[in-house]
Amino acid sequence: MKHIAIGVLGAAAFGFAASAASAATLDDVKAKGFIQCGVSTGLAGFSAPDDKGEWQGIDADFCRAVAAAVFGDGTKVKFTPLSAKERFTALQSGEIDILSRNTTWTINRDTALGLNFIGTTYYDGQGFMINAKKLPGVNSALQLSGAAVCVQSGTTTELNLADYFKSNKMEYNPVVFEKLEEVNAAYDAGRCDVYTTDQSGLYGIRLTLGAPADHVVLPEIISKEPLGPAVRQGDDQWYHIVKWTYFALLDAEELGITKANVDEMKNSDSPEIKRVLGQEADTKIGTDLGVSNDWVVNIVKAVGNYGEMFERNVGSGSPLKIARGINALWTKGGLQYAPPIR
Amino acid sequence: MQEHDMSWVRTEMALAQPAPSSERGLTAWIRKNLIATTGDAILTIVGIALVAMILPQIINWAFINAQWTGPDRSVCATVAQGGIQPDGWTGACWAFVNAKFGQFMFGTYPIEERWRPIVVAILFVALLVPLLIPRVPRKGLNAILLFLVLPVVAFVLLVGGIFGLPHVETSRWGGLLVTLSLSFVGIAVSLPIGIVLALGRRSNMPIVKLLCVIFIETVRGIPLITVLFFASVMLPLFLPAGVSFDKFLRALIGVSLFAAAYMAEVVRGGLQAIPKGQYEGADSLGLSYWQKMGLVVMPQALKLVIPGIVNTFIGMFKDTSLVIVISMFDLLGIVKQNFSDANWATPQTARSGLVFAAFIFWLFCFGMSRYSMYTERRLDTGHKR
Repeated sequence: MKHIAIGVLGAAAFGFAASAASAATLDDVKAKGFIQCGVSTGLAGFSAPDDKGEWQGIDADFCRAVAAAVFGDGTKVKFTPLSAKERFTALQSGEIDILSRNTTWTINRDTALGLNFIGTTYYDGQGFMINAKKLPGVNSALQLSGAAVCVQSGTTTELNLADYFKSNKMEYNPVVFEKLEEVNAAYDAGRCDVYTTDQSGLYGIRLTLGAPADHVVLPEIISKEPLGPAVRQGDDQWYHIVKWTYFALLDAEELGITKANVDEMKNSDSPEIKRVLGQEADTKIGTDLGVSNDWVVNIVKAVGNYGEMFERNVGSGSPLKIARGINALWTKGGLQYAPPIR
Repeated sequence: MQEHDMSWVRTEMALAQPAPSSERGLTAWIRKNLIATTGDAILTIVGIALVAMILPQIINWAFINAQWTGPDRSVCATVAQGGIQPDGWTGACWAFVNAKFGQFMFGTYPIEERWRPIVVAILFVALLVPLLIPRVPRKGLNAILLFLVLPVVAFVLLVGGIFGLPHVETSRWGGLLVTLSLSFVGIAVSLPIGIVLALGRRSNMPIVKLLCVIFIETVRGIPLITVLFFASVMLPLFLPAGVSFDKFLRALIGVSLFAAAYMAEVVRGGLQAIPKGQYEGADSLGLSYWQKMGLVVMPQALKLVIPGIVNTFIGMFKDTSLVIVISMFDLLGIVKQNFSDANWATPQTARSGLVFAAFIFWLFCFGMSRYSMYTERRLDTGHKR
């Protein structure tokens, strides 16, 4: 009894954060004045704390972009770090408004789990990194027959690895560890020749190796891991706002609208640019979506376009130095394609 | 015939002679402790060789080659790793700890509000230190201030939302702030509840006894990590939509109740060691139950189990790291979280961060352990063998 009383008192003291997760997330978000954004507990380039403890990365910036669209201010976001196991519960229970946490888009999550993925902000996939000193001349995963492969146990990574080697009729020697740190240490110590995990992660791991220059990330991707933000099902308005924020980031890049030139671009002669930036007379594009008409201007001012976001967090502007690859715009041979804003 | 007085009485004590030179001084100590037998000598040589092999490297790594300040990973990485250090360099990256120090202490507590936890920490130390020094008077008032007033003040200051202090969600707390507040509340709550549970378990009242046994055995039978996990993943699904229960509070309740169950068994061990005569003696004086327990039995029992109590405290202090499963970041959690910052990713980052966290944990645990030994000596009444 005593404990129950303590619990109740404590609950009253800390306060139940009660915000009825009604259908209209937009109204809730506007009422509380910020977006609650679920991020990872730390993944280089996607969501990781900087020196000031602010969350940085593609996933964190995406939430800032949505905040900019809704409030005109990219800082109106609060981040909730979530473990892989907690993430879906947090979204379902209304604890967060957007799940932007390097989450792979699958049919099961879209249907059975009651989520709506809004798109793919990063096309990832399982890749291989090899120690070029130990495996000279290898430039394709198909040459890895007989290699010792470091992999984390209990992950889909382990299963994909088995499938890939089996279907290509190759032998391999798995070196399995429970914890990521152990895998890293074993690979760095040379206990295996190959390291496999999501390709975006390989670049982060390479930075922590003793001699990064000796290690090469192979071009093959053996699984599809489209990472993207998700929202709750049953709220089309909020779904559209988040989805079109993503498209706006891509369209801005395609049209050459950057953080630096967005104000000049408002006076551009191109009718398309004017339309996207909400400069057309009597435009209703933004208000129909439920935000202001200069929403794209606000997004780009807050985080830049998709390309800038990419380069700053994982690309050439970051220590990770990941190439755009399939994450380039469709006009440059990549997969990132957005419907027109009109 | 000359009479000799054969009786001789020594009137002063003989002066104490120094021990033979083979039994004193450094040489004797070395002979006795290091090279008494051939086996000892071999072990000593092996030991010295090991220390001589390891220690210079540790000192080299931790101090001489260490990098103390710097803006990013480049100061802690060799040229081949994309930094400025010569190839083959290894040294601690204290620059990483330095840059992240605020986070390690306060988590993501807003920087402009960090004076609040600092004030709480100062108040805490100012109230705790006099309580720990036996000479300082007014222990009662001091204890009331520390255990009743300080929690309220700390709550107001840390959480905010009134008196013009901006509200800081507990999800932004982290680092040492979380470790210390969880352990302080855990310790302060678990000891009294543990004592009550221990008494209840030895009570003659069947229902009280049953309830206490059920509580203790249930809690001890479930891993803490399971309860924390359940509270964070399952609980939100049972609560009405949109209602969330503060994570920090979940952790506080979980940690406190767990420590209380363990504490109850430690205290019960002490109660069992008290001879029956003590109980009977107290009864024969006409003391009531609570007088008997408070004046006669408990003081003796608790004194006996000081090592066990401190053991539980230290265990709990370290167990606070488990809150990582509900995505709360205690000291260890936030150190590990910052390994994911690509601006600091080097081979030395993880080592340095973990050594720093280990040092802080050691500092607190060692402090608790030394103080408990001091208390044991002070309360020693001759039972010690």
